[in-house]
Amino acid sequence: MTDHRVSYTLDSTLETVDSAEQTASRIAAETGFGEDEVMQIAMAVREAAVNAVLHGNAYDPGKKVSVDFERTGHDLVITIRDQGRGLDLSKIPDPLAPENLLKTSGRGIFLIRSFMDEVHIHPSQTGTEIKLIKHVHGQTAGGKEASQ
Amino acid sequence: MSMKCSNRQVDGITIVDCSGRITLGEGSVILRDTIRELLSKGQKKILLNLADVNYIDSSGIGELVSAFTTVRNQGGELKLLNLTKKVHDLLQITKLYTVFDVKDEEAAAVKAFG
Repeated sequence: MTDHRVSYTLDSTLETVDSAEQTASRIAAETGFGEDEVMQIAMAVREAAVNAVLHGNAYDPGKKVSVDFERTGHDLVITIRDQGRGLDLSKIPDPLAPENLLKTSGRGIFLIRSFMDEVHIHPSQTGTEIKLIKHVHGQTAGGKEASQ
Repeated sequence: MSMKCSNRQVDGITIVDCSGRITLGEGSVILRDTIRELLSKGQKKILLNLADVNYIDSSGIGELVSAFTTVRNQGGELKLLNLTKKVHDLLQITKLYTVFDVKDEEAAAVKAFG
């Protein structure tokens, strides 16, 4: 896989969520991931974009969401940043806890963690950055072997 | 593909045939409005046919949970019918598969209502 990076700066709208998801789907497919993995990556990006638009920037037209896609030798790395107050990780409930099963929200981060190989969340006072990593497995994805 | 819902009656059960994506925004709103309208008309036995729902996000999952609890709180029953593999897998990993009453055959699902 050729190292490659593309970046987008997007408005805090629902269209941004759809756009990020569609772009993720396209890039994941181009990277060589299978159908299920493409769906997982696209969904993780969608959930992260929803968090950025809704909970981070709160639809503020003055705030932007940035989405970076980077294809390295062994990984697809997607970084999504908002300009909100910073996600409070201590307030994210366990959606699998019996008392939370019937809650109507709070499953986004859980789904992201379920679908990606690595998830790194960096909240700050100027926004939240979430880095999503999916490892490329095997030569069919065009990836280099680890020894190379 | 946007979300669409249409209703039909079978033996006193309201079957809601959904298609498209249940996601944040229009899809979730259409499902919410559909359930609300049925309840306002006293139709409280609802079978949600998701055979043509090819995608659902966390907001859509939340909307299904909301529909389930709203109908139950009004003394009704809501069951799910014909999940696609993607939706089935999502309900499995979120542990909701055992919360919902999920059916895969319409006639049997209709008979299963109390």
